[in-house]
Amino acid sequence: MNEVRILIIEDEADIRRFIRLALASEGYEVFEAATLQRGLIEAGTRRPDILVLDLGMPDGDGVDLIRDLRTWSAMPVIVLSARSHEADKITALDTGADDYLVKPFGAGELLARVRAQLRRQHIRIQPGESPVTFGDISIDLARRSVCRAGEVLHLTPIEYRLLTHLISHPECVLTHRQLLHAVWGPGHMEDTHYVRVHMANLRKKIETDPSRPRHLLTETGIGYRFCGL
Amino acid sequence: MPAPVLPPDERPDPDRLLQQVQQEEEQAKHGRLKIFFGASAGVGKTYAMLSAARTTQAQGVPLAVGLVETHGRPETAALLAGLPLLPLKATPHRGHTLREFDLDAALAFGAAHADGPEPPLVLLDELAHSNVPGSRHPKRWQDVEELLASGIDVWSTMNVQHLESLNDIVGGITGIRIRETVPDTLFDAAGEVVMVDLPPDELLARLAAGKVYIPTQARHAAANFFRKGNLIALRELALRRTADRVDVQMQHWRLSTGTGATNRPVWSTRDALLACIGPGSGGEMIVRSAARLAASSNLRWHAVFVDTPSIRHASDRTREQALHALRLAQELGATTATPAGTEVIEVLVRYAREHNLSRLVLGRRPGLRRWRLTFTERLADQTPDMDVLQVPLPKETRGSSYWRQWMAGAASIRWAGYVVATMVCGMMALLATSLHGVLELTNIVMLFLLTVVGIALRYGRGPAVLAAFLGVAISDFLFTPPLLSLQVSDAQYLITFAVMLAVALVIGQLTASLRAQANAAGERERRIHRLYQMSRDLSATLLAGQVAEISANFITAEFAAKSALLVVGDNNQLQALPGADADVDMAVAQWCFSKGEAAGRGTHTLPSCTCLMLPLKAPMRLRGVLAVQPPQTGLLTPEQRQLLDTCASLLAISLERIHYIDVARESTVEIESERLRNSLLSAISHDLRTPLASLVGLADTLNLLSPPLTGPQAEIAGAIHQSALRMSMLVNNLLDMARLESGRIQLRREWQPLEEVVGSALAACDPILSTHPVEVRLAGNLPLLHLDAALFERVLVNLLENATKYTPAGTAIHIGAKVLDDDVHITIDDEGPGLPVGNEESVFGKFERGGRETTLPGVGLGLAICRAIVQAHDGRIRGENRVEQGHVTGARFIIILPRGNPPQDDGSQIHAALPDKDNS
Repeated sequence: MNEVRILIIEDEADIRRFIRLALASEGYEVFEAATLQRGLIEAGTRRPDILVLDLGMPDGDGVDLIRDLRTWSAMPVIVLSARSHEADKITALDTGADDYLVKPFGAGELLARVRAQLRRQHIRIQPGESPVTFGDISIDLARRSVCRAGEVLHLTPIEYRLLTHLISHPECVLTHRQLLHAVWGPGHMEDTHYVRVHMANLRKKIETDPSRPRHLLTETGIGYRFCGL
Repeated sequence: MPAPVLPPDERPDPDRLLQQVQQEEEQAKHGRLKIFFGASAGVGKTYAMLSAARTTQAQGVPLAVGLVETHGRPETAALLAGLPLLPLKATPHRGHTLREFDLDAALAFGAAHADGPEPPLVLLDELAHSNVPGSRHPKRWQDVEELLASGIDVWSTMNVQHLESLNDIVGGITGIRIRETVPDTLFDAAGEVVMVDLPPDELLARLAAGKVYIPTQARHAAANFFRKGNLIALRELALRRTADRVDVQMQHWRLSTGTGATNRPVWSTRDALLACIGPGSGGEMIVRSAARLAASSNLRWHAVFVDTPSIRHASDRTREQALHALRLAQELGATTATPAGTEVIEVLVRYAREHNLSRLVLGRRPGLRRWRLTFTERLADQTPDMDVLQVPLPKETRGSSYWRQWMAGAASIRWAGYVVATMVCGMMALLATSLHGVLELTNIVMLFLLTVVGIALRYGRGPAVLAAFLGVAISDFLFTPPLLSLQVSDAQYLITFAVMLAVALVIGQLTASLRAQANAAGERERRIHRLYQMSRDLSATLLAGQVAEISANFITAEFAAKSALLVVGDNNQLQALPGADADVDMAVAQWCFSKGEAAGRGTHTLPSCTCLMLPLKAPMRLRGVLAVQPPQTGLLTPEQRQLLDTCASLLAISLERIHYIDVARESTVEIESERLRNSLLSAISHDLRTPLASLVGLADTLNLLSPPLTGPQAEIAGAIHQSALRMSMLVNNLLDMARLESGRIQLRREWQPLEEVVGSALAACDPILSTHPVEVRLAGNLPLLHLDAALFERVLVNLLENATKYTPAGTAIHIGAKVLDDDVHITIDDEGPGLPVGNEESVFGKFERGGRETTLPGVGLGLAICRAIVQAHDGRIRGENRVEQGHVTGARFIIILPRGNPPQDDGSQIHAALPDKDNS
């Protein structure tokens, strides 16, 4: 039996407990660590499929752990953080975290995120294979064409690159800087309005109701998430 | 090197270019002066100025007429009609009310039009006019300077005879002395000079036709003035002076274009003039000559008056005249100084060498006696490398001959000294008579020599000379045979007396000058000691009040004057520190402070004020004003003024030091309290949030456990979950409010489309919006807005939450946005009962809940937070009711954000430069 293993690194026993209960109720195998140091050892020995990490740990900065982890593992990392700490979240995401949850969060929310990360691991997007579809949109990566309900959409090269970068990281939060780096290169890391302007245009073409998007979601102050595959 | 290399003499000098750039920058801030310049009254300057003004007005330049005299000429009056006039200021003067140019009205006019595309322009007739006593400046040209300094353009008119440096010449030609003059520096610095010319014959014809206005009291003088010969000479002067200006402009142009066509390097020689002013009258003539010389050769120049101890003993009048000449020199653009010393030549030469001045200008009077020639000669001997230029001075000028004051310094007679000298000589005669049998004549002569030394020591040169002569006379009369007769029997005695007289004179002279030097040195030492003591006292002060006390003590001790120390208070107004006893005119003090220049008594600005106001200039900024009220009338001497300036800068530095002590203390306290507040906030937020987060999660997890909860159990778990969530929101609101209130919140503003923020707010409110349909209508031309996305989302979420909370289910919510002028208006409308009438503003208060007692959750911080966030974005938010046909159809919240300056570039052009990643 290939059981899913999840490691929780969190200093508050109560929060750890409820996360454990919630995850265990879904049948995942759960490991816990109360300190970063312990967490790193657990991550190395247990080889979990997903890591849930609280950023505000008493013995150090969770971001450092992500940095260490990323040198040897690509396991999905979901970080937990308090509201109004946008900068911490962005740093964690830029360092390699995949998703975040703001406290307080419900068990349902947590489980949904975990499931999305697990699902993502099975999605491989390669040009040449069958078209990628979501909603009524289908993208043929080999022919570089995007259709909506069978009708060809005209995307600018930037919009196309933005879209393909997003769909190749489904369910992950991509920060503005990550998108800027992917589309415009390292010389424009501060021009966040580039991403926003083109994202707005892309939404107008892709989404049925651009002001209430369903696929290209805004993570306020942080970046974007693509979901719906 | 591919760059073309200019020959060295044609390459623009970087220093000169820099100087030029600086000048141009200066001029850009400064207003420009345009002078309509004529040879005499009646040539049509005012007419020309007004005609030009009408053209300019048609081009849209904001202009106002400050003061123009039409003198009843209908043509001029016709031109004036239709031009906006500034109000005149009524000033009472000797029972009359004079209507004068109102400088403040002109400055206000300038300030009102300062931001327009064209600089404001003020027209002001008669540049040389003297203002009514009691005005801010004694002269109109000083008003003009203030207008120019405030960035206002000025057009004015003047005649050639009003030009300061030509004053003597015009006086010589016409025989009429003009008192109202304008310094040449102002004329030369004018942006443009328009020469208004009229041939003398035509002018005389106009005069004959009565077209030229002449004041009644000047009719007699005018008859002499308007002679053809005079008019031709004046016209030539005016044309030539204008030509000089054009010449200089030509040189500037050549230099700036760098054609290298000028063979004569204008600025390469750094030699300059030194005008040496002596005591008494005549100094002004030297100054004017030097000014003309300097202007014609484009040289910088200095003017000095050497202050010797003998001059200090001389009458105040001679000295005052010299100081007036110095002030004139300053107006004409010279650097002035009053170096002190006993040897005039030595001081002059040292000054000239220190300042690299190679031409000395001196006065020369006709009918020179031998010793006067030696002064010029001695000066020439000491300065073989310098040119010595002599200016002829009229002989008749009284106030004692020119150099004698410097050489002798015996003009002021101190009778006491002479009386004592006579008495001591008498007593010595009595003593010698009683000792006549005992002492030889030589020893008696010695006694008299001793007397001369004593008198010289005590009373100076004059009494010593008297004592010397008396001594010789008494020795001859009483002790030389034949006795009681001035005749001398033996020729030997003649030699004795001659030697005695010579020795007595020399000793007296030496002793007296030694004493004067010792006195001067003592005076200097005492002054330096005082200053030293004051600076030591000041260095120990910790409060501005102590500085004021030290300043008041020093000024009372040193000048016997009243004083006041004024510093900037909290409301940016000057206020006197305690201990001030001078009678301070606050308007003058404020002027001095805002301009950073000395004002009041003894200066050019408001000289009728009883106090002298000195700005306290510290390295960082002006700290205040020192007001000094000397007890008697009369000007302060240059060394007193110097001492006061030193005192003012010491005070300024002390005040600045104290200011920074306060700043440092305040910022330490602030940092400390900020640290405390932050640690408190984060501790509270952590300690409150963590248990709430556990509570929310645990309550939620109850539903996931097996066996599944029964109906009521699940309901309780859900209720716990909801309450905990609400509690958590409340805590968040309170903490946010605390952060926003502290004003320390750091906005992470980025340019973004409003659409995105609206979208994320709607997504965040998704659960509660199920009962209310939302319609979003954003204008297509919305610019990017500079927002902190997370905070602005809070604003929208709070407004949406309120809308769902206070309106019945099923009613719609409308979100709209449009551009209005320089603002973006965002509206959120609901279809509920509206805001309580009259309380539209108070809903934004803290813990306000729309005046209704309800069971709805919340503490009423939502709108207060909205307002704080919007204000942090430099925007405004307000609430109102939408009224249609007299019925309230719902509430509307309007957020008005400045449009700002969004970036134009959206990065569309940049991708092309990147390698195409999709193919890899």
